[in-house]
Amino acid sequence: MATFLILQQILKTGSVSEPAPEADPALRTREQALHADILKVFGQAVAIRHVDAGSCNGCELEIHALNGPHYNIEGMGVKFVASPRHADLLLVTGPVTRNMEIALKRAFEAVPEPKWVVAMGDCGCTGGMFGENYATCGKVSSVIPVDVEVPGCPPTPVALLQGILAAVSGGRRDAEG
Amino acid sequence: MPKHPDDLALTPQTEGGFVWRSRLEPGRLTAFARIIQDEGGQLLALWGADDRHLGRNFTVHVAFLSSVGLIWTTSELDGDQPAYPDLAHIFPQADRMQRAAFDLLGIRAQDGVDGRAWLRHAAWVEDAFPLRKDFPARAACRSPRPETEPYPFIRVEGEGVHEIAVGPIHAATIEPGHFRFSVIGDRILRLEERLGYTHKGTEKRFEGLDLATGAKLAGRVSGDSHTAFAWAYCMAVETATACSVPDRAIWLRALFLEMERVANHLGDLGFLGNDVALTFGFVQFWRLKEDWMRLSARLFGHRYLFDMLLPGGVATDIDARGKADLDALCKRIAGEVQTLRHIYDEHTGLQDRFANTGIVAPDMAARLGLTGLAGRASSQAWDARVQFPCAPYDRLDVNMALQKSGDVLARAEVRFTEVFESLRLIRLLLEQLPAGALHAPCTQAAGVCEGLGWVEGWRGPVIVAVRIDADGRLDRVHPHDPSWQNWPLVEVGVLGNIVPDFPLINKSFNLSYSGPDL
Repeated sequence: MATFLILQQILKTGSVSEPAPEADPALRTREQALHADILKVFGQAVAIRHVDAGSCNGCELEIHALNGPHYNIEGMGVKFVASPRHADLLLVTGPVTRNMEIALKRAFEAVPEPKWVVAMGDCGCTGGMFGENYATCGKVSSVIPVDVEVPGCPPTPVALLQGILAAVSGGRRDAEG
Repeated sequence: MPKHPDDLALTPQTEGGFVWRSRLEPGRLTAFARIIQDEGGQLLALWGADDRHLGRNFTVHVAFLSSVGLIWTTSELDGDQPAYPDLAHIFPQADRMQRAAFDLLGIRAQDGVDGRAWLRHAAWVEDAFPLRKDFPARAACRSPRPETEPYPFIRVEGEGVHEIAVGPIHAATIEPGHFRFSVIGDRILRLEERLGYTHKGTEKRFEGLDLATGAKLAGRVSGDSHTAFAWAYCMAVETATACSVPDRAIWLRALFLEMERVANHLGDLGFLGNDVALTFGFVQFWRLKEDWMRLSARLFGHRYLFDMLLPGGVATDIDARGKADLDALCKRIAGEVQTLRHIYDEHTGLQDRFANTGIVAPDMAARLGLTGLAGRASSQAWDARVQFPCAPYDRLDVNMALQKSGDVLARAEVRFTEVFESLRLIRLLLEQLPAGALHAPCTQAAGVCEGLGWVEGWRGPVIVAVRIDADGRLDRVHPHDPSWQNWPLVEVGVLGNIVPDFPLINKSFNLSYSGPDL
């Protein structure tokens, strides 16, 4: 019974990975262009490890959204992975709290060279509203080297995808520092 | 004034409201807490403040939930060694709040059973207390400190017992925290949480901010509960300054709060499917959630409705076309969720994983103070929108979702019921939205003033207490996330379950880390 209902719903839903043009045509064009660029740069996959270094969890909502069916990132070879050792790119959110500073440094060291770091959100880019205080070190680049900063509170999934692309199309980081 | 079973004077915070204020000598706190417990009430929040710059001493504040509403007690502590009686032996949920109050202010719960630091890992030295007024607001991040500080987890010993240490960085895209499992084979004998990793000095950051900037920061205590925190903060400020908010603004706030509830519940229902390998559920619910986000962005300029609230009102409006579009989407989503609920009901694999997994029995929920949607899944029949409705909920007749089995299934069922109820409420709010202004000025009160806001967010009751100084700037703000009291129940819910079910159980609570880490 459940299988029948699931198949019925899947058929009824169809593919939503390309949003209907009348909904937001500008968005659609950008998504398609991004997907083509990722394929051109890579022809392969990019594996991302996300680290929340002190975020309010707003940025995490948009990372989840990016993994939803509208964006179809796995179909384009972009995948979030469970271990930094499997990752090409570290995506860091939040002002870096002092309680997360060591964990973030260790995660960065665990990503094999060559690697990229993308700082996501106003907090990751500048420290945001929290700034630097007794409990936080502020922006991500005060703790580990950052290749690309994606501002926004939180940045939309498309902005995030653009930031990831900006990082990977700029060439790989050769060495730490 | 209601007759309360004590000779205590309760002052209503506002006429006809459900928040009561009382000054209480510390020596009477224990007896008062017992009275609250005897009548079936709960402790919702406990925090401290440094009042020495006001010619007083340190104070400890408690928010109790009782049959008359929320009772906010303030007790002034004396001496150079400020202390108050331990409340955790009456309300166990007070334990971590008391430990945090010590880390931040150096006020101690006398005879508290757990003296370990909670929010202070190693970021600042043991004898420094960041929320004291003589602690610099802009203390440098690079001040000297130990590299790490050991945390004595409680060990389970015996043949075949071993530990699994998880976090602070987790395998999935979730917030950081540490879970220490003691297991035999796959079965969980004990789980101990260690949180505080996202402690970013939020309460200190509030000090000295203007009232409008405070609303933005309040909304970022826990981003997924932006409207709940921003509204509770604004309510506190408006109470303190006796600001009268226009009707239309209050109705729009409720609209945003219900939209936030729908967005989070849709996301959670998708993840719950995902965690039992029903990817179909994730894809379907996240398709609906994305449609919801995109309409939110189109109508109000932000996918998560950030910064729509400000003290005195709201910053945005909805026109007739927007109302029609939102109404149509509510109708469509209600239909689609009905279909998906039918599939979840019919799916034997999902039902098998959901039912009898992660049980918090009603008596345990009552003893440990489980609150909000998780509480309602374990027979804890509290919903401020129902029992203590602020405007406009007093006009809406909200139906409470309630389940008694206390398992993953019950928490999913509460979400389903609340999605339908919130969609109904949104359509009612749109239909009956009063005309009028969007905001009124909050004029500065003469001298120091205080207020407390209380909002039923999607996760549970959100409380924000505010003190404004004589210059109209924020002097002390305590935002309280319901995850404070619900986290210890995750430790209870996983007992006897297998480790692979932990992600599912954890997701069924979906608690905030940033909210209580502050």
